[in-house]
Amino acid sequence: MKAASVMRRSRLRPALREEMTGWLFAMPWILGFIFFTAGPMLFSLYTSFTKYNIIAAPKWIGLENYENLFTQDPLFYKAMANTFWMVLVKMPLVMVVAIGCALLLNVDLPGGKFFRTIIYLPNVLSGIAAIFLWQWILSPKGLLNSALATFDIQGPGWFVDPAWTKPGMVIMGMWWIGGNVLIYLAGLKGIPRELYEAAEIDGAGGWQKAWYITLPLLSPTIFFEVVTGIIGTFQIFTTAFILTGKESPLGGLGQSMLFYVLYLYDRAFGKVGQGGFQMGYASAMAWVLFIIILLITGLQLWLAKRWVYYETER
Amino acid sequence: MTTTVIKAQKTGFHHLAIFKRSYWSFGKVIALLLLIGISILFIVPFLWMISTSLKEPSDLIGFRWIPTRLAWENYVDAFSFGMWPQWTLNTVIITFTSVVGQVFSSSLVAYSFARLRWRGRDTLFSLVLATMMLPGVVTMIPQFVVFAKLPAFGFMGSKVWVNTFLPLIVPAFTGSAFYIFLLRQFMRGIPQDLTDAARLDGAGELRIWWSIFLPLTKPALAVVAIFTFQGAWQDFMGPLLYLQSEKFYTLQLGLRQFEAAAGGSPAWHWLMAASLMVMLPVLLVFVIFQRYFIEGITFSGMAGR
Repeated sequence: MKAASVMRRSRLRPALREEMTGWLFAMPWILGFIFFTAGPMLFSLYTSFTKYNIIAAPKWIGLENYENLFTQDPLFYKAMANTFWMVLVKMPLVMVVAIGCALLLNVDLPGGKFFRTIIYLPNVLSGIAAIFLWQWILSPKGLLNSALATFDIQGPGWFVDPAWTKPGMVIMGMWWIGGNVLIYLAGLKGIPRELYEAAEIDGAGGWQKAWYITLPLLSPTIFFEVVTGIIGTFQIFTTAFILTGKESPLGGLGQSMLFYVLYLYDRAFGKVGQGGFQMGYASAMAWVLFIIILLITGLQLWLAKRWVYYETER
Repeated sequence: MTTTVIKAQKTGFHHLAIFKRSYWSFGKVIALLLLIGISILFIVPFLWMISTSLKEPSDLIGFRWIPTRLAWENYVDAFSFGMWPQWTLNTVIITFTSVVGQVFSSSLVAYSFARLRWRGRDTLFSLVLATMMLPGVVTMIPQFVVFAKLPAFGFMGSKVWVNTFLPLIVPAFTGSAFYIFLLRQFMRGIPQDLTDAARLDGAGELRIWWSIFLPLTKPALAVVAIFTFQGAWQDFMGPLLYLQSEKFYTLQLGLRQFEAAAGGSPAWHWLMAASLMVMLPVLLVFVIFQRYFIEGITFSGMAGR
């Protein structure tokens, strides 16, 4: 009775209080969203229609930045081609190798956790220290080429030969698949064992189990990896920035490392006389990138309905 | 496999399952050999780094694994290069502040989304999720413009936020979408009775968050702290954009100076020694808190489903 009266007395006020507390607690994110995400995005949408160098006020030029980008700028297409090269070559390779490693780690073996740790370890060793390491391993007389030489194979120039820079980056990228492997492994562990046991009773072989159970049940994970992989690949920056060194990526290594964000960075923060500090132009590039990512993600969501299997849909 | 274990348990040799012939099949042996091979491939670059960092310049050419003499002075040389101690201190300040900011703000926001009822909450939460997919590059330029205009009132000797630590630290205090999501999921698993009991005792929401939710979500907070630590310690683009004076550099920028200073052909033995020193703290954290790294990555995969 006493408790009930307490509840009744404070029914309205606590609800209102909770409402206010809720907004208040969420405020750090809301403020961050307004000042560091939404506000800046709207501002960059505006500057993409202007000529702007930060110092002087933006000058409205309509669609000129976008027109120039698509019709007058061969470097834009070069950067796009380099970026798509990575999406089309590196991503499928990463996927196949990562799923392969995850399948191996999913086998019940002694030392499974140890192997998992070793495969994930490189992910901890990122940053530019790791890029230097690979620059050293893949230098013309480095570890890899020395190893190849013992088999009488003349190794390529990797990061000094424009034709081999991107393959070099793919090799380097393979060292960092640990995160992908763990995600696939989690996906594999989520597949109920009974399904395989039931299939075995029905006389299914290894390939049949892989095709009818593993693949469909892993498809949400694959889908997630493809979406985040594309977003990540479009944002390659640090590796290529370090590898082109003091040279501008616009000219360095035959423009083979001119990736989209590198080009964008150069337009925004490069030297003033050499195409830098064109914030309007760079903003237009950022919005084009954003729309490309939206389109690709949208396309994937649409395709996903056809090939991704979600358990809840049963 | 399951049956093997059960049999082994019955006979009292449970811990010896791997010594049973029935445990091993042809496929398992192949899988084990492949895993050993892959692990060697993964660990070799790291060993090569350690080896190089202890070499003399004359040892650098070719395939030598064990240096003729362990040149520990490479580490001393690296440490005395440029403003290394200052850069270390800068990196520690930025990293530590980011971790504290990220843990508390993400947790507070997550509590609001997980346990408080307010109008617009679910809409706003979908917005949080949507920003996870937003490529950072899109906000890079306008953020720079904002930080180049925001007044710093002489903090770190600067009129604006650019060339201070503020652009690298303050955003951490607004929480990050992925961590908010992770903590919210974790908090939803905490029994509602606990909250109700505390409320009946007259505890306010801030107190409930502080003395019930923070302690109970420690494992998830550890994931947030560790990933923020790794991200801040190894961030290159942020410092590259915002730190201009050499005395404000972080280790990542310092490392790049190191390469530039070596001139034509990089002095790989020094560069590897310096790189290892930069990697060491993250490596130590990984060795100690390995479990949280793995849990964090696994969660990010689950989140996508």
